[in-house]
Amino acid sequence: MTNDEPKIVAFCCHYCAFAAADLAGVLRLKYPPNVHIIRLPCTGKLDALYLLKAFEAGADGVIVAGCLEGSCHFISGNLRAKKRVLVVKSLLPRLGIEPERLEFFNLSSAQGDRFAQIAREMTERIKSLSPMRGEESESKSGVDAL
Amino acid sequence: MIVADQKPIEEILQMLEPYRKVLFLGCQSCVAVCMAGGEKEVGLLAAAVRLARKQQGRPIEITEGAVKRQCDDEFNEPWAQTIQQHEAVLSLACGVGVNKLSERFDVPILPALNTRFFGEVERQGVWAEVCAGCGNCILHLTGGICPIARCAKNLLNGPCGGVRADGTCEVSRNGPRPCAWVMIYERLGKLSQRQNIENIFAAKDWSSDRHGGPRKRVREDMLLET
Repeated sequence: MTNDEPKIVAFCCHYCAFAAADLAGVLRLKYPPNVHIIRLPCTGKLDALYLLKAFEAGADGVIVAGCLEGSCHFISGNLRAKKRVLVVKSLLPRLGIEPERLEFFNLSSAQGDRFAQIAREMTERIKSLSPMRGEESESKSGVDAL
Repeated sequence: MIVADQKPIEEILQMLEPYRKVLFLGCQSCVAVCMAGGEKEVGLLAAAVRLARKQQGRPIEITEGAVKRQCDDEFNEPWAQTIQQHEAVLSLACGVGVNKLSERFDVPILPALNTRFFGEVERQGVWAEVCAGCGNCILHLTGGICPIARCAKNLLNGPCGGVRADGTCEVSRNGPRPCAWVMIYERLGKLSQRQNIENIFAAKDWSSDRHGGPRKRVREDMLLET
């Protein structure tokens, strides 16, 4: 991967998106290697600070992927995470960052193909945006370390 | 507790415009509980400001910290050296903390919050004003419900004509809310103290409120000077 490839951090729920990513691998589905997965016990663990820190560490895009609505193992963790993502999404343009760089997705552990599709969609979306300022000269060691 | 709101990020960025090295100092008391200016909020705001300044091509160096109680010199003193090493301090305390730091340090102290009111936790994420700090408490006569804080007109002998048939107030800044005097009437009934409602309060002496100028409390027996 070259440095001009976008770096995308994906905060994935252990019970759905993380398992879906695993399934995508088992099914030998191809998706861009730009996505760096961080497993959460539930997206309810997500904090707004994680999202901002990901961008600070050099991520060009951030995905949060939780269970389908009504299927959260902790009842409402995914719904709470969605609210947090929406708050940060509304903050980003006020910081000079396109809100499209952050997205929340719902999927089940059986949707390996959906995970691969999300990875492709987000990678294409981020590629279509102009690079984030200050990135040209800086290394993305923060994300590379993930 | 004192309830505050974080200022809009645009206003904070504008305040920080001239500075390149700033200390973000939270307060771990009231404003931490109302999720406006504790250690957590310091981290979030610092990350947001760093990102915004990086996007502007004018990076900023931010030191993050939080004091136990910014309204008390004793807790601010350990930060003295750090404060003086920065061009400015963005205080995430209530206005009292900002004043306190400004009295002590010759460094610009910028307010990150708008201090709102004395509030109770209604439920997680919701705070409500129930005491106005008027300096002359009558809660023992009103069933523990303050008409000064909860009545839009601060009426001592309510309700007024603005109460609706369902017992709500015609003033509804944050959605319909019950008339304070209807609440007091019902509460006094539960306490078998409804006779209190027949008490006509005399015109209130507001000199104990802010109308008498800034207030100060002195406990002579606690002063260290002899």
